[in-house]
Amino acid sequence: MASRTTAPPDVEQDVKQILSETGAPVIVFDHVKLAFDDKVVLKDVSFTLIKGHTKIILGASGSGKSTALKIITGLLKADEGVVWVNGQRVDQLTEAQMMPVRADLGMIFQEGALFDSLTVRENVGYKLYEETQMPLDEVGRRVEEVLGFIGLAEHIDKMPSELSGGQRRRVAIARAMAFKPSILLYDEATTGLDPITATTVDEEIIKLRDLERVSSIVVTHQLRDAFYVATHMAVRDPDGQVRIEAATPEKEREAEFIMLRDGLIIFEGDADALRASKDPYIREFLS
Amino acid sequence: MYSLAERWLKAAALEAQEYVRLTLAAFRGTVTPPIYRHDLVEQLDAIGVGSLTVVLLSGLFTGAALALQSGQTLDQFGARPVVGRLVSASMIKELGPVLTALMLTGRVGSGIAAELGSMMVTDQINALRALGTDPIRKLVVPRVLSGFLMTPILTVISDFVGILGGWVVARFTLQVNSGLYWSSITKALYMEDVWMGLIKPFVFGFLIVTIACHVGLRTRGGTAGVGKATTISVVAGSVAVIAADFFVTQVLFTLLY
Repeated sequence: MASRTTAPPDVEQDVKQILSETGAPVIVFDHVKLAFDDKVVLKDVSFTLIKGHTKIILGASGSGKSTALKIITGLLKADEGVVWVNGQRVDQLTEAQMMPVRADLGMIFQEGALFDSLTVRENVGYKLYEETQMPLDEVGRRVEEVLGFIGLAEHIDKMPSELSGGQRRRVAIARAMAFKPSILLYDEATTGLDPITATTVDEEIIKLRDLERVSSIVVTHQLRDAFYVATHMAVRDPDGQVRIEAATPEKEREAEFIMLRDGLIIFEGDADALRASKDPYIREFLS
Repeated sequence: MYSLAERWLKAAALEAQEYVRLTLAAFRGTVTPPIYRHDLVEQLDAIGVGSLTVVLLSGLFTGAALALQSGQTLDQFGARPVVGRLVSASMIKELGPVLTALMLTGRVGSGIAAELGSMMVTDQINALRALGTDPIRKLVVPRVLSGFLMTPILTVISDFVGILGGWVVARFTLQVNSGLYWSSITKALYMEDVWMGLIKPFVFGFLIVTIACHVGLRTRGGTAGVGKATTISVVAGSVAVIAADFFVTQVLFTLLY
């Protein structure tokens, strides 16, 4: 088993070197298969997420989109295939061995999955409070900074039940980014939100990608949000203001779409290629 | 294709296997770091202090009813003054531990199953794992330790208020002399009885909480699933307490008497 915990120091150094370069593969899914009893969820799925890029996984409900994210985070184990995250093979790791991998991996769950017995402050700082030795005042500063970044600083002492659906999703994003992971996985982050609120969540995804250089996988069946994330970019003005504007062609190419159907990838390419696809299923999905 | 019986057996074996795995993981979690001390204190308070009212009330009225019932029976033999013996022996050896455990199954077991079940169906357990926290260490270990430690303490309190309830009835309804009542209590009590009354609650507390945690962490199917998990936790917990009472009593009789 190849794993960073057992790799010799020079190999570990090489891995770090490769991952620090532009165009490094941070997540590799290689012929992954998974079935629950008789139901095959992923038949044979392969893709690569490049550092700083966005992979947008589209597909109908039950097509295996969320399952793919859970395999990456080790919440589910693949039956076959190989999964690499940040240079570490994770498909054979135990729960305890997965913990260091998850330190650089943030996940935003459907509906947010905020801890409803904790305040917004405690939710956002959860990992820093509970799983690190960071001094409390430093954690407090980081929580305030992150909540300021997503524009929810005034809600810091509220309980999740006091927030709107969109605010809960944004707090979930804040919780996932508080410990500065280099990869963020969004599982239906905008599902069930109205278009205006969904756009605010999309903008957070864009800001994290373009300003914090976070590599991301966005799972959604909301086409509008998928195209918004793929075709926009965040720019910080000299005065510090952040603007969301139409992406340049180069930037657009950094966002790649994957279309899943019945556990198989039926399309992989950028927004223009997706729009130009003649596949009847994709045409119907896009219509 | 599996037949219905095969499917049922397979599901039962899986439940048993998962329960054993959970209890082993919880045991490992109690003897190896990290231990979430803040959660442990919170659970000691929630399970111990939080259950005090229900344990006090059930213990008091059980002791009172026991004195009333046994007083009537003892009258037939002219033995009313020894009512204290009967109350203390019954409360300490049997009723105190079992009734306290059943009360805790209703209050604590259902609460744990509902809380963990809700966390399961809203992906909060997965969120914990994704944030690098082992849910067994964070959620199960503090609850199991608290149940294991607080059930005996609550049982002792229940025994005491039960005997107190018996005294109220003995003194004011059965007109038994107070001194006679309290002296008959200690006369009838042997150390073996006390040990039996103290050992049983440890087993019950462990069973109630581990069953509730197991059921809660295996909840599926949204809010309906949470309701189902809560019911299963109370039913399975109650049956386990009563069954364990029989077996533990058998073992303790062999070992102590």
